[in-house]
Amino acid sequence: MALKQTAGKRIGMTALAWAIGLLIFFPILWTFVTSFKSELDAFAIPPKFLFFHWTTENYFEVQSRSNYLLFAYNSIVLSVGANVVGLLIAVPAAWSMAFAPTKRTKDVLMWMLSTKMMPGVGVLVPIYLLFRDFHLLDNRLGIGFVLLMLNLPILIWMLYTYFKEIPVDILEAARMDGASLANEIIYVLTPMAVPGIASTMSLAIILSWNEAFWTLNLTTSNAAPLTAFIASYSAPEGLFWAKLSAASTLAIAPIVILGWFSQKQLVRGLTFGAVK
Amino acid sequence: MATQQTTTAGRILVAPSVILLFLWMIVPLGMTLYFSSLHYSLLDPDSVSFVALQNYTYFLSDPNFLTALANTLVLVISVLAISVCGGVLVALLMDQPIYGQNVVRLMVIAPFFVMPTVSALVWKNLLMNPVSGLFAWLAKSFGLPAVDWFTNWPMVSVVLIVSWQWLPFASLIMLTALQSLDEEQKEAAALDGAGPVSFFFYIVVPHIARAVTVLILIETIFLLSVFAEIYVTTNGGPGVATTNIAFLVYKQALLNFDVGGASAGGIVAVVLANVVAIFLMRIVGKNLEG
Repeated sequence: MALKQTAGKRIGMTALAWAIGLLIFFPILWTFVTSFKSELDAFAIPPKFLFFHWTTENYFEVQSRSNYLLFAYNSIVLSVGANVVGLLIAVPAAWSMAFAPTKRTKDVLMWMLSTKMMPGVGVLVPIYLLFRDFHLLDNRLGIGFVLLMLNLPILIWMLYTYFKEIPVDILEAARMDGASLANEIIYVLTPMAVPGIASTMSLAIILSWNEAFWTLNLTTSNAAPLTAFIASYSAPEGLFWAKLSAASTLAIAPIVILGWFSQKQLVRGLTFGAVK
Repeated sequence: MATQQTTTAGRILVAPSVILLFLWMIVPLGMTLYFSSLHYSLLDPDSVSFVALQNYTYFLSDPNFLTALANTLVLVISVLAISVCGGVLVALLMDQPIYGQNVVRLMVIAPFFVMPTVSALVWKNLLMNPVSGLFAWLAKSFGLPAVDWFTNWPMVSVVLIVSWQWLPFASLIMLTALQSLDEEQKEAAALDGAGPVSFFFYIVVPHIARAVTVLILIETIFLLSVFAEIYVTTNGGPGVATTNIAFLVYKQALLNFDVGGASAGGIVAVVLANVVAIFLMRIVGKNLEG
């Protein structure tokens, strides 16, 4: 009896949870389905859920009309490039904070974190003017530098928390055996920290990929990533829903999948270790 | 433990990060402060003059500023209320022994990874369009009039979109907090005859209180500077109905070319964000000691 009741409760809870899950996921699913419609079907009332002529023409149209691949290329180069460079700067810094802490280490960490709290509009004017004067507007190096700086505190902070979990004895043993500092970091610390580094990188790439304040304000066409490309659909002409859906699906699919793989680390990265 | 040698090496290795972050934040912030004391328009860049606090008095007494401040607060508080309450409920549900929990989890978290421009435009068109949108069709199916969301309820529309983006994050944080609840404590409560309601209020709430605080602070910092969602849907309008502080500063700087005024607005935004940040830093800092 009691068992039956639990089983019934479990099925009820499952149904409810799936319903809520589908409801939250629905806009993404709907975008995906709409991307395979003709523009007329996309506008149809009542909406066509499954029974319509499925077509992939929107995907080709998005490329031929607006050179989608350039924006995708920018998104990939910027989000990967900025964070690889970021990693090269952040790993040594995190090593130093985790394994050679001084009295001031904690303050430095907190100060780095505090730079993340600064709203973009607080420095929009000088950055914009500096970029204009140094010809960095709509330039991959310029926006790449911004993305790097936005993520640097998170990279250092996350790597620091992962490095803290590695026993210092192992590093000291390597040092006893005569390993130089560079060798210690490259050949001893890094291999042990690979899982931590990988999840740090995925979170950082997701954040850069979706960053939309600076990319919208500092790029226009040559260096513009997908965030800015999609924004161009805000003032369209004619029927565009199917094309918007196709472009959106392409823009979010890789990062949603990456996000699914790294969701466990997301909490750690974005709460700075305050929620475990 | 740390020898003199490693301490020196440590200083050298941390230096690039410190220098870069310093250049990235403190220098531009100093420039913003400096600009905010100037009469400086990009339309007339030759007549720059020192005006002390005039930009602040102008910006703070601008009726648009008060509207933008109110809009910012409405946006932040509404999204917080929806995402935190919703997040707790969704997390409680996901924490039950359900079939296919991992799949539900993937569906719930997905919107968080969608770039803001995509979520805003998909909601604005595919869902909220007053003629062909899915919501209009749903309303008609139930015999209700279709809502012209962005004309009649612009702020509600923005709140809905931003809430959809943040509900997943809130749910995930709350679920993480719930899952760290001690099994023994659950059993002890069950043995003592605690019903679901008293279990929630006496066991769950105190346990997740800290995570809720952290969640509220983090969300607030991000929500204070919502920009892209407004930029691609309403462009701050109609009128200034959806203009928040971030958008107002952007307009002042890049559309009105008023460097001085925009800088003063930027400083106001920084002060607002810092009020919240101080509390968050305290909690994170305490955690660092432990």
